[in-house]
Amino acid sequence: MSILSLKSVSKSFGALTVTDDASFDVPQGQALGIIGPNGAGKSTLFNLITGNIRADQGRIHFDGRDITKVSAMERCLTGIGRSFQIPQPFEKLTVYENLLVAATHGRNMSERAVRDDCIDVLERTELIGRANTPAGQLSLLERKRLELSRAMATQPKLLLLDEIAGGLTEGECQALIGTIKDVHAQGVTIIWIEHVLHALTSVVERLLVLDFGKVIGLGDPQQIMASQEVREIYLGIDV
Amino acid sequence: MIWVDTIAQGILLGGLYALFASGLSLVFGIMRLVNLAHGDLIVMGAYLILVLVTLLGISPFLAVFIAMPLMFALGWLLQRYLLNRTLGDDILPPLLVTFGLSIALQNALLEGFSADSQRLPTSALTTASVNVGPITLGIMPLLTFGSAVLVIVALNQLFYRTELGRAFRATSDDATTASLMGIKPANIFATATGIAMVIVTIAALYLGLRANFDPNIGPARLIYAFEAVIIGGLGSLWGTLLGGIIIGVAQTVGAAINPEWQILAGHIAFLVVLLVRPRGLFPRAHD
Repeated sequence: MSILSLKSVSKSFGALTVTDDASFDVPQGQALGIIGPNGAGKSTLFNLITGNIRADQGRIHFDGRDITKVSAMERCLTGIGRSFQIPQPFEKLTVYENLLVAATHGRNMSERAVRDDCIDVLERTELIGRANTPAGQLSLLERKRLELSRAMATQPKLLLLDEIAGGLTEGECQALIGTIKDVHAQGVTIIWIEHVLHALTSVVERLLVLDFGKVIGLGDPQQIMASQEVREIYLGIDV
Repeated sequence: MIWVDTIAQGILLGGLYALFASGLSLVFGIMRLVNLAHGDLIVMGAYLILVLVTLLGISPFLAVFIAMPLMFALGWLLQRYLLNRTLGDDILPPLLVTFGLSIALQNALLEGFSADSQRLPTSALTTASVNVGPITLGIMPLLTFGSAVLVIVALNQLFYRTELGRAFRATSDDATTASLMGIKPANIFATATGIAMVIVTIAALYLGLRANFDPNIGPARLIYAFEAVIIGGLGSLWGTLLGGIIIGVAQTVGAAINPEWQILAGHIAFLVVLLVRPRGLFPRAHD
């Protein structure tokens, strides 16, 4: 059963078509990677899924429900969580408080009810040792982990990761991949936009390639990366 | 021994100034809004208590509990439907609008209550005093100071221990990201101003019991409040209490030397602190 399904979704800003007749399904529990050159419309695709922008055409179904016209807030409550490309923590709040705020407001529950879940998330993302540190004092890896934790604290069925591995050293990147694998192993469906390809392919089961808003490839990561069309468009390599 | 007494009176007077300042500090801390009508809102609160006392024939200490929810509602509506519209990157619109509100309030009070100075009815309690060693302290100043401490403790608990407090701090930190988390900044701001108005009501009670008031004294209360907040360092509530105490002590000591120097001495103390510690005694880093 697919948890997310896009059918012929299109979005234009003026004459510029940023999402062009995109159709794909994400089965429950799968990790899907999205790659594409800069400006291919990857982040727009995320914005369409989270509801930050509305599709001009097409339908989006999530968890068996048509969410094409549902607000971003309500989509968050029905289980779509997102991490941002640039971490935006509340710098003066502690790590734990950042999660509390996300969990209480993102799930519409009382602070008491979400406390244990927040601690649980921090243990899984290996931030528990920094729980009482103001977020402004975190390292980049810790900020990325916090961004992931905050999305997790809303207990999403579908987790959208936007270039979460960017800017990390190789060692940090491996540590983060381990955490994301753990999250995925617990049954959370993941869609991950990433330029760090080896990070992406070590986690995802399927890869989707976007170019000029069109889905030009979707399938097994090894096969996709081996295809000549993808290599030419995405990597700019003449084979 | 007269000096010990003078300083004790000054410290207790500082409690009143801290009450003036706490609401101002709360609103500025959360939404960076400088409310120039703050002093006039205190005076309006005093008139509201006076009206309740006169109409219902009850004690001011009882009337304040009826006035609090009314003032909360007023603050909520004021923020939600007027002041929220002025917030943005430009700091000028909120200053202009609250300055206009200040003038409008003063004139409305003048129209409604005339320029005659008023006072909340006093009882035996308001003139009672206790002897502490060599000095005599009035019950009213002690109550005022106690209330200021209570308000500050309560606000700190609210900020650091409750869901609402975390929402306040998250919104203060980054309103855009807070809204992505499902917080509605417009409502958070309205609630903050509502709470500030509850503190304003408490301040109004002690203002009205301590001395006469008329529609024009608001701006001076605003200045004392500003000075207390800035001496303490923006964002620190205990600093605000200390700021109030410094102004209070400076005023009573100034008055003891020469009664004409009372107000001037407070302002000079403020300027001296500003020269030595331009960011106040407890700048925000410690908050």
